[in-house]
Amino acid sequence: MAELTYRDAVIRGIAQEMERDPDVVFIGEDVGKAGGVFKATVGLYDQFGPLRVRDTPISEQAILGAAMGAAMTGLKPIAEIMFSDFFAVCFDYIANEFPKSRYMSNGQVKCPLVVRTGNGGGSRFGAQHSQSVENWCMMIPGLKVVAPSNPTDVIGLLAASVRDPNPVIFLEHKSLYPTKGEVRDGEIVDTLGTAKIVRPGKDTTILALALMVPRALEAAKKLKAEYGIDCEVVDVRSLVPLDTQTILGSVAKTHRLFTVEENPRLCGWGAEIMSIVADEAFYDLDGPPVRITTPHIPLPAADTLEDIVLPSPQRIAETVRRSLNS
Amino acid sequence: MATANDRAQAKAGAGLNDDIGEAKRLEMYRTQVVIREAEQRAFDLFLQNLVKGTSHLSLGQEAVAAGFAGAMQKGDLSFCTYRGHAHTLARGVSVEKVLGELMQRDNGLMRGKGGSMHLTSVEHGVMGSYAIIGAHLPIACGAAWRAQYKGHKDVSVCFFGDGTTNIGAFHEALNFAAVWKLPVVFVCENNLYMEYTPIADVTAVPQPAADRASAYGLERIVIDGNDADVVYRTAQEAYTKARSNGGPSLIECLTYRHSGHSRADPAKYRPDGELEHWKSRDPIKIYRERLLQFGVPEKTVAGIDTEVRKIVDDATEACKAAPPPSVDLITTDVYADGGWAWRN
Repeated sequence: MAELTYRDAVIRGIAQEMERDPDVVFIGEDVGKAGGVFKATVGLYDQFGPLRVRDTPISEQAILGAAMGAAMTGLKPIAEIMFSDFFAVCFDYIANEFPKSRYMSNGQVKCPLVVRTGNGGGSRFGAQHSQSVENWCMMIPGLKVVAPSNPTDVIGLLAASVRDPNPVIFLEHKSLYPTKGEVRDGEIVDTLGTAKIVRPGKDTTILALALMVPRALEAAKKLKAEYGIDCEVVDVRSLVPLDTQTILGSVAKTHRLFTVEENPRLCGWGAEIMSIVADEAFYDLDGPPVRITTPHIPLPAADTLEDIVLPSPQRIAETVRRSLNS
Repeated sequence: MATANDRAQAKAGAGLNDDIGEAKRLEMYRTQVVIREAEQRAFDLFLQNLVKGTSHLSLGQEAVAAGFAGAMQKGDLSFCTYRGHAHTLARGVSVEKVLGELMQRDNGLMRGKGGSMHLTSVEHGVMGSYAIIGAHLPIACGAAWRAQYKGHKDVSVCFFGDGTTNIGAFHEALNFAAVWKLPVVFVCENNLYMEYTPIADVTAVPQPAADRASAYGLERIVIDGNDADVVYRTAQEAYTKARSNGGPSLIECLTYRHSGHSRADPAKYRPDGELEHWKSRDPIKIYRERLLQFGVPEKTVAGIDTEVRKIVDDATEACKAAPPPSVDLITTDVYADGGWAWRN
């Protein structure tokens, strides 16, 4: 066991896969010699050399296009897009090329690649460097979409993503990079499409993703201590594939449901889950399911403002308490 | 300094036993006739409402496809645009499979799942036809990067139209390929029109591809795209450079499409006489005359024409008789496990 930061877990996860398979290569802006703008790839260039860890120009289309061409012909590339907001300048690959080439070619073309990206708010970077764009990716058939909340999951889910024969969007949360967790020694490989109950409880289910997981856990602690409300917190971990069985199972047990989403309100992943629960578990519910989200606004830069709009442990706890009491 | 076109032309006129030789010339003639006959047939079938969706023909541009494919080796990779029937046929994909896809039948190349704009045959090295302008230039870079990384000797060849030279991905790919010294050959088929608008009206330089080459440290190459010999020689030079770690090339081929941009376009925007001028430089006419001039018997040439027509006729009948795609295909191959499951 060792205590690792989320940032160091990214390094360990990439290194684990590159050591295992010489076809795993890694490219992106400033990822090599500089070790990444978030210092989440430090040392990989020295360990694996300039042919396997390669700096690119600021050309997001070239990065993702090259990753795809390499994946189609035998490599297993990991490509970094520095901020997930930049998906907007290379969205053709995410929306049109990676996920449709296999289908359109009737199964001839493969696309086993991972796009790693810094996602989410809390860094006071303003509206174009802080977004949570998991819903941009979740809506596209053919992609897998993963967002880990802790260092062990970073390694295990990254390994599963690299070994997956599909295009995987791997969303690392920028505000989680400095957070720490105990990580066991040796190879760690997880399974995509598995949610995890990170806090069992009987009164209500709270679903969360990435940075919202520790916030939901903090809210659960507060709700238990102050109001005796026993929350079950589920880390969704993977939006596609979606582990609906764990989610529906939890709702069947607690009979209440909250989602905590960092994305702006409309078309967030929680809405899709609410729709599934309404279809398939309506009679399990003892009260209305509630989405806790960022309001439908661009994110403000100022710390005081950003702290108000992102779901906080206080807002989560307050929303759950009021909803359960009503 | 001699241009690529000059270099190619200088080798011409040496007779049938020159650097190209009779067998390769007959092959390239046949390829052009296959494309011409198959695409003309596609147009006729469209008029009968048997070709569905859209289609973008390369009538008049056959020499580019024949020359570049003719100079390729097995294992070399083609990346095409939505105007990709010609390049797909040039790599040896059967007429029936191409027409079947255009007619959206079960015997189509992708069994109707892709359509005219996405012809793909990995076993023939046709790594896809891309319908978003510019998308496949970076993708071709990636395939070339794999070759470089693994020490393979194949070349990735990326075909696109003049309109592509004004989109960002073109410039990202050119810089990327040059900086990484990738074994990729970018081929611009300049047919004078982006869609309906003349490329000259919307481009800052006269030669939309070649005049950008210097920005990426590449040679300015403009060639006669209607002469398969010129195309073949230029392709060979670029492939040799790519295989010997010399990096990418950007080649602008001057050519002309005899039909409109897509099946919906009657091409009324063309000035009087332009089509006639280019038809006098029809690549198949040029090549037929060359073969005869080099002493190939008329009978041999006519024999190719007859053989190809029969192939296209037979393919047409097979496609007309083929059923529509199986409904089961709707949910296959979304993911690598062959299915479409996004949840448990």
